[in-house]
Amino acid sequence: MTADLRSLYEEVILDHNRNPRNFQYAPPGANHVAHGYNPLCGDEFTVSLRLENGVVTDIGFEGAGCAISTASASLMTEIVKGKTVEEARALFESVHGLLTSEGSGGPMGKLQVLAGVREYPARVKCATLAWHTLQAALRKEQGTVSTE
Amino acid sequence: MTTAAGKRHSAARVDALDVQRVRADFPALHQTVHGQPLVYLDNAATTQKPRQVIETLDRYYRSDNANVHRGVHALSERATAAYETAREKVRKFLNAPSVQEIVFVRGTTEGINLVAQSWGRTNLRPDDEVVITETEHHSNIVPWQMLCGQTGAQLRIVPVENNGVLSAEGYAQILGRRTRLVAVSHCSNALGTINPVKRMISQAHEVGALVLVDGAQAVAHLPVDVRDLDCDFYAFSGHKLYGPTGIGVLYAKRALLQEMPPYQGGGEMVKHVSFDRTSYLDPPLRFEAGTPDIAGAIGLGAAIDYVDALGSEAIGRHEQELLMLATAAISRIPGLRIIGTAPEKTGILSFVLDGVHAHDVGTILDMQGVAVRVGHHCAMPVMQRYCVPATARASFALYNTREEVDALVAGIYRAKEVFG
Repeated sequence: MTADLRSLYEEVILDHNRNPRNFQYAPPGANHVAHGYNPLCGDEFTVSLRLENGVVTDIGFEGAGCAISTASASLMTEIVKGKTVEEARALFESVHGLLTSEGSGGPMGKLQVLAGVREYPARVKCATLAWHTLQAALRKEQGTVSTE
Repeated sequence: MTTAAGKRHSAARVDALDVQRVRADFPALHQTVHGQPLVYLDNAATTQKPRQVIETLDRYYRSDNANVHRGVHALSERATAAYETAREKVRKFLNAPSVQEIVFVRGTTEGINLVAQSWGRTNLRPDDEVVITETEHHSNIVPWQMLCGQTGAQLRIVPVENNGVLSAEGYAQILGRRTRLVAVSHCSNALGTINPVKRMISQAHEVGALVLVDGAQAVAHLPVDVRDLDCDFYAFSGHKLYGPTGIGVLYAKRALLQEMPPYQGGGEMVKHVSFDRTSYLDPPLRFEAGTPDIAGAIGLGAAIDYVDALGSEAIGRHEQELLMLATAAISRIPGLRIIGTAPEKTGILSFVLDGVHAHDVGTILDMQGVAVRVGHHCAMPVMQRYCVPATARASFALYNTREEVDALVAGIYRAKEVFG
């Protein structure tokens, strides 16, 4: 693989695409659900989570998307589980910053692998789809979130 | 066609176009993308422009720029003459009987909307039916949905077979005394299928319906003769025919245009205006309100000259050659499925790859300089029909080469390797 391609398709992304975590899974007793759609490319996810006392105790996602959107969604579910609503929102802001401008608001851990997407403007929406959907779920928004 | 001794017939055909000489005419082809030579295979979205078109635009703005159909000064007369000469070139290109049947519009989409809003709103009643097909581009779906919403007419959909061929039986069943209009693409943008429009038109005429043909994907790839087809409306875009963006053509039979009310009101389309009453010019100017895309029309004329000089048939043969070569090569790739395998196709190859989403294929190809379209191709119902979220689509034009087909194939193998 060329260096450029490696920066986008890091091993972590390929792994989360091949074996997405919490995928095709809706937690029992899920009380927050949202549907996200990227009309430009047809990527479509439903994010379901169980919120108890302000903490995301379980989360999963269903649907279909490209490697970038799937891996981003998978990483998101891993990281958000156990976080408070405020922490989840802060993570969304950090990811958004990471994808759209230099640097991010704080330590990103595993999410840092998404930085490579910044070089591919057409793909940024793929990486943010699940995160926008999570935001909508936390806000209990009706209808479909669109990246457009 | 003369076949040189010792050469395969097909090879001689490709040589007939002299691709290398043709490529020299297209400045945009000669660049590198991500360090690789550009392989432009997104021609169904838009084609690159030859210097003959670019220079025509440049010359027009440098020396002839003026408004048309008004003013007595020299520049206005030159601009008007060039604009109307372009209309005559379009007429000849389509073999239309009269220049009065050639309306300049922004593109195929505007041409279709013009027919829907002008002819459709005047003529459709509740329970009338508009027939489209399952393979249409959104531009040949949405204007009719809007029209049906406005008039109470019903939309009927001709189904497509698994290989991308329209169901002849389904079409025959749908046609009836309620059918007022059939709107069908000459060639499918997502599948490449060349539809049997001539036969479909004659069937529609038998039940008294008119036919609009969306020619966006046809005009650059096969000869179009509106008299032979006997279509009532034919729309196409300049930018898919090596011409500028922002200019397109609606052909309509004269008797229909004569009866159709204006699509937009404004200058350039009126005979007389007072606050009590306004009378309109005859077609085509009745449908060209406001200052048109003069440069675009003249540029389109140059594009038609360019294509004419090479010959639609020679272009078509060359692209068929590439299509066959590419189809054979990518069919051998394990896990690859071609969407659209009709026996009669233009140079469009839509495909999906097991385990690799079309967007990832698109990005990996792009990193190797290969430009293809990925997504739903503005034909979401087609994606639903074939149960795929998106496809990657390579589409060929007169300047593509066999080496570029090789680059596409190598790129797809690379995508498989990355996602191993």
